[in-house]
Amino acid sequence: MLDTAEQISDSQFEFITFSAGGQNFCLEITQIREIRRWTTVTALPHTPPDVLGVMNLRGAVIPIFDLSARFGLGKTTENERNVVIVAASGDTTIGLLVESVSEILSVDKDAIQETPDIKSDMTKLSILGVISVEDTMVRVVNLETVLATDLQLAV
Amino acid sequence: MSGNSIRDTFFEECEELLEALVEGLAAMEDPNHDPEVVNAVFRAVHSIKGGAGAFGLDRLVHFAHTFETVLDKVRSREMDVDEGLMHLFHRSGDVLTDLVEAARDEREPNGTTEAAVLEDLESHLGGADAEEEFSFDALTLDFGTPMEITPEERQFEIRFKPFRTLYDNGHEPLLLFDALAEIGTLEVKADLDALPAFDSFDPMDSVLSWTMTLSTAAEEDAVREVFEFVDGLCELTIGEAETPAPAAQPDPEPAVDVIAEADSAPKPADPAAEPVAQTASKEARGPKPTLRVDLDRVDRLINTVGELIINQAMISQRIEELDLPTAAQLSNELEAYKLLARDIQEGVMAIRAQPVKPLFQRMSRIVREASDATSKQARLVTMGDSTEVDKTVIERLSDPLTHMIRNAVDHGLETPEQREAAGKDPVGKIKLSAAHRSGSVFIEISDDGAGLDRKRILEKAIDKGLVAADAELTDQEIDNLLFLPGFSTAGSVSNLSGRGVGMDVVKNAVQALGGRVSITSTHGAGTTFTIVLPLTLAVMDGFIISVADQTMVIPIASILETIRPNAKDLHTIGTDSQVIRVRGSYVPVVNVSENLGLVPPERSGVGVLLLVSTETHGLTALKVEDIHDQRQVVIKSLESNYGAIQGVSAATILGDGKIALILDPDELVKLDPASVSPSLSLDTRMEPQHA
Amino acid sequence: MTTKVLAIDDSRTIRNLLRVSLEGAGFEFHSACDGVEGVEMFPDVDPDVVITDINMPNMDGYGVIESLRNGPDRTSVPIVVLTTESSDKLKSRAREAGATGWIVKPFDDASLISVLKRLTGHVS
Repeated sequence: MLDTAEQISDSQFEFITFSAGGQNFCLEITQIREIRRWTTVTALPHTPPDVLGVMNLRGAVIPIFDLSARFGLGKTTENERNVVIVAASGDTTIGLLVESVSEILSVDKDAIQETPDIKSDMTKLSILGVISVEDTMVRVVNLETVLATDLQLAV
Repeated sequence: MSGNSIRDTFFEECEELLEALVEGLAAMEDPNHDPEVVNAVFRAVHSIKGGAGAFGLDRLVHFAHTFETVLDKVRSREMDVDEGLMHLFHRSGDVLTDLVEAARDEREPNGTTEAAVLEDLESHLGGADAEEEFSFDALTLDFGTPMEITPEERQFEIRFKPFRTLYDNGHEPLLLFDALAEIGTLEVKADLDALPAFDSFDPMDSVLSWTMTLSTAAEEDAVREVFEFVDGLCELTIGEAETPAPAAQPDPEPAVDVIAEADSAPKPADPAAEPVAQTASKEARGPKPTLRVDLDRVDRLINTVGELIINQAMISQRIEELDLPTAAQLSNELEAYKLLARDIQEGVMAIRAQPVKPLFQRMSRIVREASDATSKQARLVTMGDSTEVDKTVIERLSDPLTHMIRNAVDHGLETPEQREAAGKDPVGKIKLSAAHRSGSVFIEISDDGAGLDRKRILEKAIDKGLVAADAELTDQEIDNLLFLPGFSTAGSVSNLSGRGVGMDVVKNAVQALGGRVSITSTHGAGTTFTIVLPLTLAVMDGFIISVADQTMVIPIASILETIRPNAKDLHTIGTDSQVIRVRGSYVPVVNVSENLGLVPPERSGVGVLLLVSTETHGLTALKVEDIHDQRQVVIKSLESNYGAIQGVSAATILGDGKIALILDPDELVKLDPASVSPSLSLDTRMEPQHA
Repeated sequence: MTTKVLAIDDSRTIRNLLRVSLEGAGFEFHSACDGVEGVEMFPDVDPDVVITDINMPNMDGYGVIESLRNGPDRTSVPIVVLTTESSDKLKSRAREAGATGWIVKPFDDASLISVLKRLTGHVS
């Protein structure tokens, strides 16, 4: 959340768009460290279903979340196009399992619209805004909320 | 070296000196202390003053000087140390610490205590004494003063007859003449009359004397200053010729009869001379030479060595997998590689290890402040000061320890009256100890107070809705309520409580270091908190085990014994609880995969039992599917990117690059579903909740 | 030829300050952190001038001076006492021990260097 004000003050933004749970999302490119092929992870005990486990990223142990499950859209079905988006905020690095990565989206500040007033507070927290691309709507993921492991996003 | 880094060095040195000071003051409490202890305390304050003077830290200099002057009186036995003076010294040490820190951070120190303590110190000096000797900063020698431009020249007659001691002390008359020549025009004439006959000439004796005429614009003081160092080592007369002669025309006949007042007689030997060399009590030689290294460099090295260990494990594993015909020869080399890698790692880790002493010493101040604030009387006893612990652990223990020590004084100890009524020493004892035990560091904070008031704790917990009103809790479970978030024992807010820090914060801080904290209390006899910490934050010896088809690691230090049981050794109690007979007693069996909420494979069978001794559940057998080799693993925090997971202390990266979880037996057994009845599910509440 | 200085002081800060001042002025600087080390180093360093603190552990400054003056070296190199006090008592004790001169802490570079040059006769 803390980054948004500054991000939106600049005019041009680059996002990477991807799909999770059948919906289109995007993350600002500056938050993304790398995109990796899905490999098996080490499961963690006593964790909710959206926490798949941990993997070794060049010597660091990073948790992998199933983004679809984290947004309450059901577990990601296994697919050879599945990838892990490694994203970082501050000192925390995490991996997000998504169905597939689509494209790099370059948009103007003005193209980012406020999240429509929807019922679910959790959804409002986890989406910073929406961008409409042709006839689809791309949701800008609020990485801070996804990182907050003490928040149960899936309702 | 830049000026700033000298300044940094000064403050680093101050830290060490303040440690030495605190240590010395503690030693002075012993009525039979070594006199050298007072010298060491004096030197510490003196060195701080010396350095502070160089940086123009006048306030610090002034305080240190006053403190030092009182210490000097103790040192010279002009003054006896009583309890009150000892207390003043401790407070002075505290103020000195504050002043050093304030100077370092370039901020204002806390002036109120400083003024009061200073006044107290000065009262021991009898007024004028302090001021008189404090001529310190005005006495810088200044030989570089430019000549005054007053052109009026005067003529001085100087008679100079060195004693032999002048030569013995490393002086050279010619150099004195040079110095005189720098301030004027000098004519020197040697008096050869005193030369003895050649056959009685002792080359070691001083027989020469000189008569000089100096024409200079300088004052007589400037002339005398040249001879400052030889004062008492020669016969010296300096006199101004009555009529100033032109500079260019020196008097050909020196006026030998001009005798000016000059202290020429050598001073008598000081009968009260101190012994030549002060012999140190214990360390006959100075401190071991040390090398100061930027911590970042050490940490980079530690990381790299960690990677080296993983790399070594990977290579070993790959070679094993290749199943080469020459594997036997290779394995010797691999073993040597492994040992070398381990040696390097141990060496590197040792760099980060530091004694807990400075940390413990800081706590004596906390005890002092806490007892002043609560009007309870307390003294701190420390044990195991030299126990070495990772630097980061020491740093991160400071806040939790401070809090626990304050608690011990504030809540643990009774008032002096209550103590006396209970037949105890009115001065309460807070004990702080550290020790290495079975691969862990144990730190204990205990008080000899009244012990926990369990009835009140339980009432309060029920009151706050932390436990059900009808809960039946064991003593230990009640004690553990203290660690619940939002729990505070103080019925009324005293000066020290109400700081918004509870024991839950202490617990979290300790857990973040991979440690645990537990509590024991005896009614009327006191309370002990025990913190168990890993020796290092970087590596650990572990057994590789299989749990629910996953590879995991369990610390070797926690395992007492491994048992491969036969089916008949296991007995079932109730519906699904199992026990095993170990040397005559029945030990509960905990199925690790079940406790971790993982599905055990169907072919699990009897598996392997790891006998562990846990803090809360005593002897327990952990059931795993299999146990493999023993290995040193590099500890990788789960918390940095995720958070704490119950029963798991950290993770590591195995030879194949996969992650294995490191189990925490103590936490693992707490998860035992069989031992957690609904009303007793405190343990899970005590842990941070995760998504 | 450069002038060699051996400074004996238990304070790292003072040693550092001396080093910076003296090396800056072209002296060759050696230091020891207590009296025992200083006396031990003396023959190897073979300094042109010695600077010593008074209050030191193991062997104090008087001990240093007496050891150097009366020890096997029986040296007559100038020995300068570095002290925070300037009392006559201290000066006379230092002189009895065999000190050549004294410098009062806190010292300034100019006076320090001037004293050393004056006592060694070396102009660096």
